[in-house]
Amino acid sequence: MIQLNNVTKRFPGGQEAISGLSLSIDKGEMVFVTGHSGAGKSTLLRLIALIERPSDGQIIVDNQNTRRVKRRKIPAYRRQIGMVFQDHKLLYDRPVFDNVALPLIIAGVSYRDAGRRVRAALDQVGLLHKEKQRPATLSAGEQQRVGIARAIITRPKLLIADEPTGNLDPDLSLEVMRIFRRFNEVGVTLLIASHDITLIDSLGCRRIALEDGKLQQEADPWQ
Amino acid sequence: MAITRNADAIAPVRSSSVFSIWLARHTSTSLGALGRLSRQPFASLMIILVIGVTLALPAAINVIVKNMQSVSNSWSNALDFSMYLKKDLTVSDAEDLANLIRQRADIESVGLITADEALLEFKKQSGFGKALNQLSENPLPHALVIRPSSGNTGASLTLLQEEIRNLPETELVQVDTEWVQRFHAILDIVRQAISIGVVLLGIAIVVIIGNIIRLDIENRREEIEVTKLIGASNAFVRRPFLWTGFWYGLLGGAFALLLVQYGLYLLREPVSRLAGLYQGKITVASLTITESSAIIGIAVFLGLFASWVTAARHMRRIEPR
Ligand SMILES: Nc1ncnc2c1ncn2[C@@H]1O[C@H](COP(=O)(O)OP(=O)(O)OP(=O)(O)O)[C@@H](O)[C@H]1O
Ligand SMILES: [Mg+2]
Repeated sequence: MIQLNNVTKRFPGGQEAISGLSLSIDKGEMVFVTGHSGAGKSTLLRLIALIERPSDGQIIVDNQNTRRVKRRKIPAYRRQIGMVFQDHKLLYDRPVFDNVALPLIIAGVSYRDAGRRVRAALDQVGLLHKEKQRPATLSAGEQQRVGIARAIITRPKLLIADEPTGNLDPDLSLEVMRIFRRFNEVGVTLLIASHDITLIDSLGCRRIALEDGKLQQEADPWQ
Repeated sequence: MAITRNADAIAPVRSSSVFSIWLARHTSTSLGALGRLSRQPFASLMIILVIGVTLALPAAINVIVKNMQSVSNSWSNALDFSMYLKKDLTVSDAEDLANLIRQRADIESVGLITADEALLEFKKQSGFGKALNQLSENPLPHALVIRPSSGNTGASLTLLQEEIRNLPETELVQVDTEWVQRFHAILDIVRQAISIGVVLLGIAIVVIIGNIIRLDIENRREEIEVTKLIGASNAFVRRPFLWTGFWYGLLGGAFALLLVQYGLYLLREPVSRLAGLYQGKITVASLTITESSAIIGIAVFLGLFASWVTAARHMRRIEPR
């Protein structure tokens, strides 16, 4: 599903967030990216979502070489990927329903037709009863789940999440991971950046450990 | 909470026909834009007011000029001028010439006063009949009385007279009503001033709407970033702003129309009193359907143009981080 060949991301300041990184993630895998703050986890996810372009190397997502995706085609490319953000990135002046419906509206589904799908997605994250509320009136965990509902509503084959449990308590973190787990069970590929080693280990998923933009050598038996 | 419980959750994104998607998108976006305007009624009203007044100004002056012109044209013989022919032309020469001139599009009618008719008339009116009978030959030339068509402007009248004056058959062209021509010349100048004014005011409207849209874009920067982040195209994020510009244009244009019509309504009474004094049939011509739709059309165009340019410039700069 995702393949990186010798990818480097150098920022204008000369800083290398990712240095010569190669990795491969199969279809239907659920993989965690770990590492210290500044290790390059977010940058890796942003490269895959084409929010950043690599300085060097090749990124292939779902058989598409991202280098060949033209600027004008980036929106269509992103619509194939579900994204969950650490800071939720919700629209705070609209109700939960509208937030979750947004990817469908962008895809051209009418507001009315979107209704059933929005409720189905909200049902999956356990927020069906909150569809009329504004995100600001929800707890951080609930906002995170709204973000997840929005990411899955178009049924993407690939879901990437940047520290989705960053500011949740252990119970909520586990709940969010369970939701991800269920998507994985129906074939969605997941790539999740996280600090929470204990949680990851309890799930028994593969781990990609980053250090200074490179794979950390010793930590992981799966490498 | 089982993922397979709800079939809707795993149905692929159904796509309806391209046109119905397009229609549904635009309907909801346009209503959304209108809704946003109505949520800040005071600010929106101020902008519509400014656009309306800015557009009403040239429209009103244009209507006034049009009315003045039709009034001056209703002085039916006011534009007539006389063309005295060379002495050596015969009556049939004069008739031929009259027929020739009559064919011009800028001339409504040509009347021939032969030398004999002129002499007869002169005898009757001057009372010198006996004395004039002594003349061995008629000293008067044939003359044509030319009435230009009402479509003429001051400039085209002057040109027409100049052309007539330059004909080989012409002895003299006499214009008795130069003040009417001056009046027309002034109307010409006013009309030109309007077209310059319209351009300037159009630029002003584009700047006003452009600025409003720019502020709107800045205020919704985060929303734009988020929607782009989850796959919205530039066209998608631009659409609501185009609709905002459209509504400002439409409502501003409608308001301008209202202002002009109300002004004309106020003028109707005093004008008909004036018309009564002159036994004339002066009525205030209101805006025709064509003129009204032109005002609305121009307003909508300016609104769309302003928002398009502004959105295109700013949207590209807002990239998700
Ligand atoms: N836009 C940028 N310009 C310059 N340097 C950047 C930029 N974005 C990230 N970096 C640098 O790249 C490195 C990796 O950043 P990244 O955000 O990927 O780290 P991270 O692993 O996600 O950290 P955290 O756990 O704190 O979120 C950091 O040293 C950071 O300073
Ligand atoms: Mg990060």
